[in-house]
Amino acid sequence: MVPVNEYTLDARNLLCPLPVIRLQNSAKTLADGDTLKVICTDPGALNDIPAWCRINGHNVIDIQKGDTELTITIRLSKPQKYDH
Amino acid sequence: MTTQRKAVALISGGLDSMLAAKAIIDQGIHVEGINFFTGFCVEGHTHAIRQKARAKPKRNNALWVAEQLGIKLHIIDVVEEYKDVVINPKHGYGANLNPCLDCKGFMVRHAYRWMRENGFDFIITGEVIGQRPMSQRRDTLPIVAQESGAGDRLLRPLCAKLLPPTLPEREGWVDRERLMDINGRSRKPQMTLAARFGITEYSQPAGGCCFLTDPNYTQKLEDLWRTRGDKHYELDDIMLLKIGRHLRPRPHFKLVVGREEGENNFLEGYRHHFTHLRPLSHKGPLVLIDGKTDEDDLRLAAQLAARFSQGRDAASVSIGVTEKNGRAYTIDVRPLTREEIPEGWYL
Repeated sequence: MVPVNEYTLDARNLLCPLPVIRLQNSAKTLADGDTLKVICTDPGALNDIPAWCRINGHNVIDIQKGDTELTITIRLSKPQKYDH
Repeated sequence: MTTQRKAVALISGGLDSMLAAKAIIDQGIHVEGINFFTGFCVEGHTHAIRQKARAKPKRNNALWVAEQLGIKLHIIDVVEEYKDVVINPKHGYGANLNPCLDCKGFMVRHAYRWMRENGFDFIITGEVIGQRPMSQRRDTLPIVAQESGAGDRLLRPLCAKLLPPTLPEREGWVDRERLMDINGRSRKPQMTLAARFGITEYSQPAGGCCFLTDPNYTQKLEDLWRTRGDKHYELDDIMLLKIGRHLRPRPHFKLVVGREEGENNFLEGYRHHFTHLRPLSHKGPLVLIDGKTDEDDLRLAAQLAARFSQGRDAASVSIGVTEKNGRAYTIDVRPLTREEIPEGWYL
């Protein structure tokens, strides 16, 4: 079984769409099955990150809402090419 | 076997680009979206910062449109490269600091580069002849195609029938007869087309989607450039111009005053980069000071901070001052009255 790697992306104090851009750029470097925990403070990320995952075929596996922070955990579903 | 043709669509999050992409998807073309983050985008940030705006839907409209269309969206950070468009627009500004024609050329040029790097065949935009006074005129559409380098690989499905056939039409990748002939400022044809496509929900940003078309915002950007003595900016500069009340009581410094809790929270993230003030004896805003201040300037700034606090009618308000170097102290000041604040101080 291929080991799954867990990563964290600190997107605190970034406003939309920067958390999504950072996520998009991080996802380029990750492998199928890897998980990425994105920590945000922009409440818009609650809609935007799951939307980005849906259109790119990734899975949101957990959402934790704190008073000021939001942590969204994503599992990369398959290798993607996001080259610009 | 026929080749699956691929198009990259500029997706702003508005209706026109959504319709343009839909028209091409329906012709069997593989479409992916591209969206550029310039730092001047209106949507999202105000919602994210201001408490009172939080009742409205908080979403990135470009992502939402992509999801409705069932296409991928690539959001590209162009903040650094975009500076040259804002600072030195070859075709000049519109009514405010909006370099719309240069901006469109810039975006199509980047889309064209992306198209080549990713093996796509052509570019789609939601442009309509006569829709915008600067960038979407019959005489400026060819400029965008030419200066971007995209040439006849740039297809505008909403007004294609009013323009010479492009490569995708001539090669039969798309059927020109199924494209549109919309022109002018009326939104009715787009709404009719949306209904025909079964699109019932879409974003219609009032006043455009770019802060550079906003006279209040551009006044603050002009002030920034004037007082710095040159036209440059960093991302943090242009973000700070989006929020708070900005006052310049003296040529060498200005204040950024949070107007409500959400803005105060946002300004908290910047406070270590600025000398800042906070009312202590009464509730009130966080105030950042941008510029160099002496003792008299700080007292004036504190009086202004007191004016915008709940102690505005009190005889004295205690203001906490934290200088950029970390030195902190308290001063007691009389709040300025409304009459003592000249209108010209407000940016």
